[in-house]
Amino acid sequence: MVNYVWLAMIFFGIIAAAASGHIETVTTAAIEGAQTAVKTSFSLIAIITFWLGIMKLAEAAGIVRALADLARPLTRFLFPGVPRDHPAIGAIVLNLAANMLGLGNAATPMGLIAMQELQKLNRGPKDTATPAMCTFLALNTSCITLIPTTIIGIRILYGSTDPTAVVGTTIFATACATIVAVTADRALRRFYGQGG
Amino acid sequence: MYQVISAISRWAIPAILLIVPLVAVLRGVKVFEVFVEGAEEGFATAVKTIPYLVAMLVAVTIFRSSGAMKITVHFLAPVLDHIGFPAEVLTHAIMRPLSGGAALGIATELIKTHGPDSFIGKLVSTMQGSTDTTFYVLTLYFGSVGIRRYRYSIISGLLADLTTLVASLYAVRAFLSH
Repeated sequence: MVNYVWLAMIFFGIIAAAASGHIETVTTAAIEGAQTAVKTSFSLIAIITFWLGIMKLAEAAGIVRALADLARPLTRFLFPGVPRDHPAIGAIVLNLAANMLGLGNAATPMGLIAMQELQKLNRGPKDTATPAMCTFLALNTSCITLIPTTIIGIRILYGSTDPTAVVGTTIFATACATIVAVTADRALRRFYGQGG
Repeated sequence: MYQVISAISRWAIPAILLIVPLVAVLRGVKVFEVFVEGAEEGFATAVKTIPYLVAMLVAVTIFRSSGAMKITVHFLAPVLDHIGFPAEVLTHAIMRPLSGGAALGIATELIKTHGPDSFIGKLVSTMQGSTDTTFYVLTLYFGSVGIRRYRYSIISGLLADLTTLVASLYAVRAFLSH
């Protein structure tokens, strides 16, 4: 699937550029995209390093396990293949909590830690996503947002009379998206085989 | 309400930075040593994502800069017009899963042009807040552990994005139209 999406974007991009007579935009765009990617990865070094340290502390202090215990009824349903005391559960819970609060900087490193822990549980080929990883990413990309911090800031900037009016609609829309994502994930998991 | 929300956002990280090391010390953890031990992996994890992000962002940037995106919007607009989805916001809806920065730029522009309290302003605010950059998240998260086969992840991610589009339209109409 990802192979086709990737090819389609490049293919239609080149055709569109050729048709409009500006084929050189393809070359510029390719280099620009690669540079943005490297910059993004490098800017991640700082926050990932920092949060990995904090996470290790939280783990050693038993905080991660306590959080995992709190969320157990939910995670047992969502991640039946992950052992209940596994550190992956704690990292998943922290990632989703950070997402809900709109703390993007903390959410990403915790998500990457969760992926590393889930990869340790991967019994199949190491280059193939496990069902638990797919569920985690379905939750993560659709994740319920309680506080859309950035957009509230922009609304204030442009003089909204009620900047937080969209909090309710945002919660409604993300709740719908999360339900659909989790349901789709379950159905597709069965369709693609490999339970757990 | 805004005061409460911004207070939570401002206090969350300092609170974590206070509580985590404090609890760790009380449990007899050597805080500095353990922090460094955990942080060691940071560089390798971040650098590992480079090839995956390069692959994805090159394709996304070509798609966007070449005008292929505009053509897609042009063809989809009449279809979404049937459910009352404004064409102006469609560019944002298509950009959202592909590029977070570009989508935020479009949202800001629409809010500036139409006003934050207009129908378009409220709709794009809701959509910006309620989805994530699906392709970026998948590429980054899978890339950091060397996963190349995403299986059905893209399908569930895009279904969620489509749901957000419909649900945002419904919610803004039902709850915020006077």
